[in-house]
Amino acid sequence: MKHIKTLTGANLPKSAVKGGCGECQTSCQSACKTSCTVANQQCENK
Amino acid sequence: MIHKFSQGNVNIVLDVNSGAVHVVDQLVYDVLDYYPDHTKEIVVDFLKDKYNGNSILEAIDEIDNLKKNNLLYTEENYMKHAAFKNKKTIVKALCLHIAHDCNIRCKYCFASQGDFKGDRSLMTAKVGKKAIDFLINNSENRKNLEVDFFGGEPLMNFQVIKEIVEYGRSIEKKYDKNIRFTITTNGVLLNDDIMDYINQHMYNVVLSIDGRKETNDTMRYTIHGDGTYDIILPKLKKMAERRNHENYYVRGTFTRFNLDFAEDVLHLADLGFKHISVEPVVAAAENDYAIQEEDLSKIFQQYEYLAEACIKREKAGSGFNFFHFMIDLDQGPCVVKRLLGCGAGAEYLAITPEGDLYPCHQFVGNDDFNLGNVLEDNLDTSIYNSFANAHVYNKEACNQCWAKFYCSGGCHANAYNFNKDILIPYSVGCEMEKKRIECALTIKARLMEEEER
Repeated sequence: MKHIKTLTGANLPKSAVKGGCGECQTSCQSACKTSCTVANQQCENK
Repeated sequence: MIHKFSQGNVNIVLDVNSGAVHVVDQLVYDVLDYYPDHTKEIVVDFLKDKYNGNSILEAIDEIDNLKKNNLLYTEENYMKHAAFKNKKTIVKALCLHIAHDCNIRCKYCFASQGDFKGDRSLMTAKVGKKAIDFLINNSENRKNLEVDFFGGEPLMNFQVIKEIVEYGRSIEKKYDKNIRFTITTNGVLLNDDIMDYINQHMYNVVLSIDGRKETNDTMRYTIHGDGTYDIILPKLKKMAERRNHENYYVRGTFTRFNLDFAEDVLHLADLGFKHISVEPVVAAAENDYAIQEEDLSKIFQQYEYLAEACIKREKAGSGFNFFHFMIDLDQGPCVVKRLLGCGAGAEYLAITPEGDLYPCHQFVGNDDFNLGNVLEDNLDTSIYNSFANAHVYNKEACNQCWAKFYCSGGCHANAYNFNKDILIPYSVGCEMEKKRIECALTIKARLMEEEER
């Protein structure tokens, strides 16, 4: 495409199919203790 | 729903419900102001003074192509999805308040300088072991469990930490569990023996330092009133080196006194730290150090400045991880996790030295949120369920927000502290989080462009 470059595709619908296992690390155990942030966590069930 | 923004000479369009991210030229960026709400003919008419008609139609074709391939204006149906509908909330992580005591005094400490508004106290090994039992008994089929040693200052109760870790290790295999221990420390008591122990047993370490000496020492000082920077810095550097610069964060707090906090982040990077988190203080508006709404424009400017510095350093081979700019667009958390948020009060609980259970460390000491006690092995299911259901779809403001799959509904404690309702997010925090997400996406886009050149 000439005007649009796609950086990343539709990853959320795919993750809903495989997701929800609950094995990923809770966000408070990574770095933050006040602004618990989920999006910079990792899925551990690739 | 889409969200579009320009930063650092890049136009970015986020398709909220699919997670697709696009970099677009100025023509598409402008067309999206009108299309698809208006017909092609009307859009051409709106923009004909700025662009050639054929180019506008070409841009619209590309937009239509993305829509057809479910990469733009996608519908949301996760609420009906089995993985979300059938979700079962299970306790899988604990924040053990191993010490309600501290060897330093921080002006902004939510724990009232370590004692959480109560008597200074240390957790016993008996309570700690009961906490491990509680976690195993309430985690059903979860294999990965987490236990964070927190305080106060946890190293003031180091012997009990060792006993709890030993106990956890002795029973985890029997129950088919993998317990990951972590610790948050101000670093004052670190020595070679403790560092060796932490490196052997702790999956992650959070080391507290606020940045430049003058920043740190304004807010963090000893019980005699001396700044802590010179005491802790050599120890934190040694700790990071001995962990081969893996699985740790230096963690700072910025306040109204250092709204130029990007300089503190870069100072920590210049000291050689590779994993850095510096976050806004959360405090009631009457405190002189509290972030005010009027500070937001300065804070946004700092985040943009920091994003540029991250790009520049990454290209120069001297990059570092800034926690709030980390975003994995391909293999981040699943959408179910994103909807449920941090898990406080449901899959994550805090335990006091006396064994009392709270939704998280920020609620400790507020009796309205006491969930029970591990010594009595009881859990208040009404409070527990209210937190388990405090997900994005039950927060009206979040439901309409473009950032919902990235911030996951924000912090329950902040919502309660500012709005007395865990379902109404703290708006100043929301604005900062949205800016951080935009910066993270900008960094990704800019670095991708560099790679392609």
